Amino acid sequence: MLPGGAAPRPRLQVAVPLEWGHRPGPGALRAARWRPAARPRGPCSSQRRLRAPGRGRSSPSACPRGGAPVSPPLTCCPVPRQPLVPEPRPGLASPRPVPASCAGHRGFAVPAGSRCPAMPSNKSVSDAPIVQFTNCRILRDHQLQREDLWVREGKILNPEKLFFDEKGSADVQLDCKDSIIAPGFIDVQINGGFGVDFSLATDDFKSGIDLVSQKILSHGVTSFCPTLVTSPSSVYHQVLPQISVRNGGTHGAGILGAHLEGPFISKEKKGAHPEHCLRTFEAGAFQDLLATYGSLDCVQIVTLAPEMRRSSEVIRELTKRGICVSLGHSVANLSQAEEAVQHGATFITHLFNAMLPFHHRDPGIVGLLTSDRIPAGRKVFYGMISDGIHTNPAALRIAHRAHPKGLVLVTDAMAGMGLAPGRHTLGQQVVEIDGLNTYIAGTKTLSGSVATMDTCVRHFQEATGCAVETALEAASLHPAQLLGIEHKKGTLNYDSDADFLMLNDSLYVQATYIAGEEVWRQDVSGM
Amino acid sequence: MKLIILENYSQASEWAAKYIRNRIVQFGPGPGRFFTLGLPTGSTPLGCYRKLVEYYRNGDLSFKYVKTFNMDEYVGLPRDHPESYHSFMWNNFFKHIDISPENVHILDGNAPDLQAECDAFEEKIKAAGGIELFVGGIGPDGHIAFNEPGSSLVSRTRVKTLAMDTILANARFFDGDLSKVPTMALTVGVGTVMDAREVMILITGAHKAFALYKAIEDGVNHMWTVSAFQQHPNTVFVCDEDATLELKVKTVKYFKGLMLVHNKLVEPLYSMKEMEAERSQSKKPYSD
Repeated sequence: MLPGGAAPRPRLQVAVPLEWGHRPGPGALRAARWRPAARPRGPCSSQRRLRAPGRGRSSPSACPRGGAPVSPPLTCCPVPRQPLVPEPRPGLASPRPVPASCAGHRGFAVPAGSRCPAMPSNKSVSDAPIVQFTNCRILRDHQLQREDLWVREGKILNPEKLFFDEKGSADVQLDCKDSIIAPGFIDVQINGGFGVDFSLATDDFKSGIDLVSQKILSHGVTSFCPTLVTSPSSVYHQVLPQISVRNGGTHGAGILGAHLEGPFISKEKKGAHPEHCLRTFEAGAFQDLLATYGSLDCVQIVTLAPEMRRSSEVIRELTKRGICVSLGHSVANLSQAEEAVQHGATFITHLFNAMLPFHHRDPGIVGLLTSDRIPAGRKVFYGMISDGIHTNPAALRIAHRAHPKGLVLVTDAMAGMGLAPGRHTLGQQVVEIDGLNTYIAGTKTLSGSVATMDTCVRHFQEATGCAVETALEAASLHPAQLLGIEHKKGTLNYDSDADFLMLNDSLYVQATYIAGEEVWRQDVSGM
Repeated sequence: MKLIILENYSQASEWAAKYIRNRIVQFGPGPGRFFTLGLPTGSTPLGCYRKLVEYYRNGDLSFKYVKTFNMDEYVGLPRDHPESYHSFMWNNFFKHIDISPENVHILDGNAPDLQAECDAFEEKIKAAGGIELFVGGIGPDGHIAFNEPGSSLVSRTRVKTLAMDTILANARFFDGDLSKVPTMALTVGVGTVMDAREVMILITGAHKAFALYKAIEDGVNHMWTVSAFQQHPNTVFVCDEDATLELKVKTVKYFKGLMLVHNKLVEPLYSMKEMEAERSQSKKPYSD
């Protein structure tokens, strides 16, 4: 009996094999090809519509709870429905279907029209459907372990607690075909993509950010920080109010907050940033910064050059407000950088790029990787664009070996990412794309990248020869640690957000999940 | 008793798993007809559990209509502690099979009233109709479950303080730190296990050899509580060669000679798939 004396709800056990890379022939239309479709909006939030082979099933009936008609609903409906058990497909080399663990049906041919006896749900904590991802290797405790992943209400569930405390079990079992399940990637430096430029204050800025957040799901990014390069103050005042921290979902990746790269950076290391927009905060320190940006409400990271006067005050103020301060586009020496870290800076924007090169008598910002003057208990993270262009693989390896736990993979992607080669805008400038290279139009100065996060992860793994776990953590766990959100993002620990990816052994993303819902799946090619 | 002597640990585990499988399949569990199984913990039954999980994965065995009763649990150890017997059973067995959580019974070492918890456990066993097959192991001091030397041979489920031998043997699971090993445990009594319709004891390894000798070649003695099963009508001892090191050559030769007969218990190996097929076939009035 549920608390409150309500009668136990019948709970259906259904197995849903996930298939990709395998398209059944035309004769197999009757074959079970399951795909949990997008949730229909309706009062019954736990209904799922599954495309079932036509088997003379009764016509779609209205949900007794008054939701939109669905055929057939699954779980949580008080009225037991026909179970959906995959029929055996004769004559086809079909992948092994995961049998439903319904009473008596386990692994056996089910007579058509049979009914799954209603199983009382004894889930005393919640009635939400529980999904169990089986036949997979999950990244947990820094290792790929052969374990099942359990998800309920958008969070990773502890199955042992479910079993012993709630006496519950899975409602749906999904066979992941031996894929790798890793936490969703977090991109903390992305300037735009697919023709959208976050530093351009256009009328349809909101739809632009929505487009990018939608498209990067296919790269495995489940959360990101839209980045603005050095821009006139008016741009910040117009754009920042339009960026809001929000959860991801089928509409796109979650937004963690803006990354403001500039304008308080060094003239000598401006890179592709427009010189006329550079500023200092000599006069009013933090007030100057606030006046420039307008509002810091949805700002997560600020990149500045620590050698600028009064930077310590600014860094302290920003850190006090929970904003991550990053050092970049700077000619600071090591002691200036260390001082900035002592005041609260925790990140280095694209290591090696736009800073003084490593020198053995003054390592500059790069020296932070092995500095002994980092306050105890703190770690310095550093972003690296591992697209093979912004950093030579050897330099990538040196950084990785010097400080492997601080490496954060970023794309620094700009508007041209995802677009064909040609000219595009980045902030106030025009850039040219050719292949994986992007330059300020007419020069040889690199500006942003068109790499995608999954390409960066693969390239990083290849270039350093590191373990798959290390490469995946550099794009998920480390950015989460940098932003102080590793209790809910960046891992597959119990009770953290169920944002995860299914990847094959070569680290190609097959499917993306946010809050336990599939938001993107690799299209099966061939038909 | 039947003394089954196999060559090594994996063969002994496999034989035991096959036996359990045959017993469950031949029992024919179904809705309202549950097979009640008593289960042990420790390193000895791990191989057997692995085999059973394999049979489940092949579809030859289902635990849908199996009720399990574990023998023991530490007192005072948090339920999700990696060394608690709840965690052990979950990680090594339950999470890999299709058993229903309502059918799993493990003593709760954190219950507010320990004796009441033990009494309730006895009631649950009774309510389930008694235990069909109780699988157990043996301690180096000859104990069954945590019925340490000196336990009454007609005892029921209760709280027991662990003997030094047992604490030493279990220290390896707690980083070798004796102070971390719990000193008390809830355990089924010798009498509780004797009430089962059949008992199977797994004994592997040379360190258990003396205990096995005391259990089957010496008299019934409350200092070696497994010896109580000499008075049970249906006991099976499954062991490997190393565990027989302290037995008389005569005993070992006799039982090895009986292996031909005893192997009939595991060959033919029955499977739930075939049982289902048979049952659906037998519904046909005519054969074409």
